[in-house]
Amino acid sequence: MAKVSMTVNGKVVTADVDPRTLLVQFIRENLHLTGTHVGCDTSQCGACTVHVDGVAVKSCTTLAVTVDGANVTTIEGLAHGDHLHPMQEAFRENHGLQCGFCTPGMIMSAVDIVNRKGSNLDEATIRAELEGNICRCTGYHNIVKAIGDGAKAMAGHAQAAE
Amino acid sequence: MSDITAYAAPRSLDEAVSLLQAGDVTILAGGTDLTPQTKSGKLTFRPTLMNIRRVPELSGLTESGGVMRIGALTTISSLLASPLIHERFNGLWQACDHFASDQIRNAATIGGNICNASPAGDTLTPLLTLDARVVLASKPNGSIVRRTTPLGEFLTGPGRTARQPAELLEAIEIPMPPEGFFSAFFKFGTRPALDISVISIAIGAVRDGRKLTRVRIAFGAVAPTAIRAAATEAALEGRPIDAAAIDAAVAAAVNETKPVSDVRASSWYRRELVGNMLRRMLDHVANS
Repeated sequence: MAKVSMTVNGKVVTADVDPRTLLVQFIRENLHLTGTHVGCDTSQCGACTVHVDGVAVKSCTTLAVTVDGANVTTIEGLAHGDHLHPMQEAFRENHGLQCGFCTPGMIMSAVDIVNRKGSNLDEATIRAELEGNICRCTGYHNIVKAIGDGAKAMAGHAQAAE
Repeated sequence: MSDITAYAAPRSLDEAVSLLQAGDVTILAGGTDLTPQTKSGKLTFRPTLMNIRRVPELSGLTESGGVMRIGALTTISSLLASPLIHERFNGLWQACDHFASDQIRNAATIGGNICNASPAGDTLTPLLTLDARVVLASKPNGSIVRRTTPLGEFLTGPGRTARQPAELLEAIEIPMPPEGFFSAFFKFGTRPALDISVISIAIGAVRDGRKLTRVRIAFGAVAPTAIRAAATEAALEGRPIDAAAIDAAVAAAVNETKPVSDVRASSWYRRELVGNMLRRMLDHVANS
């Protein structure tokens, strides 16, 4: 067994785990945060995307031990209480989903794209940057619209907070 | 699945190579290849799992004395973010840009891409055109010993390298290329992201007017390892880049690649691609 300690959505968690434990297993089974999904289990689909120290990674190919000491954000960590994150709000407003399975990963990637590329995103950029996330329903049209709107809303939010 | 009896996260190179010397170890860095391979049964965990991400000596991207040193733990994202890589090693930068997807580039390391030794490994062909060398550290008799070997000799087969079990890949060294050097990378897959190459091509050369010298051409996914293409290079070396030189290079390339047929493409198709895509890249060089 290996001891891991990390901050997940602002809360420090410590556990003894089998060293083979994947980050996504740790998040879902130890912490019971089931918003992070396992789609393909081979790091193709991106449904398992979380942020580790502020950057997006696929938690189905990340061993929990490698993020020991890190700061992890899952989809559950985006909202403040009842106030959805602007990107979550944009997905709801644009109906950026069909079955919803890929949505947590899409939203975590979307926030990461805004962090890296800024809030003024054209459609081509969004589609290119979304390369690591697959929607099996092929519902990309509204997802892309949602990310464009969400990006602008995030910028407005950041200004309002200043 | 085998049992892991010990987990170690060494904090220094000395500690890491001591653990390797002591025995049966699986090395873990980004985990982006290791995890799918152990899940699919292609690879089994050895009794000790050693996470090398805390070893400071394996980090860093530094240029000194005419040599670029890339620490084995450097992620693909860090390479992409480096202005030096973008300006001086643009072929390598392009390969990093086409590497998997952002989430994987954030975790995957260049050392892992090399040690995994896939014939289609994205960084391998550009590194071959840059005359890259790998630095391996071990501790056989109580003190750290290093050896440096050209990447072309380090890659010995699909998933196989010349790394001894007690050795750790510490860094990649690239001699800074001379004035006038340019490089480029092309990868063909069925979709732009997250795809394993059907073929890949990296080129690098020093350009003086229309004349090319120090020509390096490497192909991925057409042989058991990423390879340099000696006859193709010879067809271009020291000559002006014109239609005759390009025809000769394309003919040499098709002639010297003997790819396999597999689920991604037939041997015939791969050779057609190698010829046609090399022509496209060389035409671009000739017209720019």
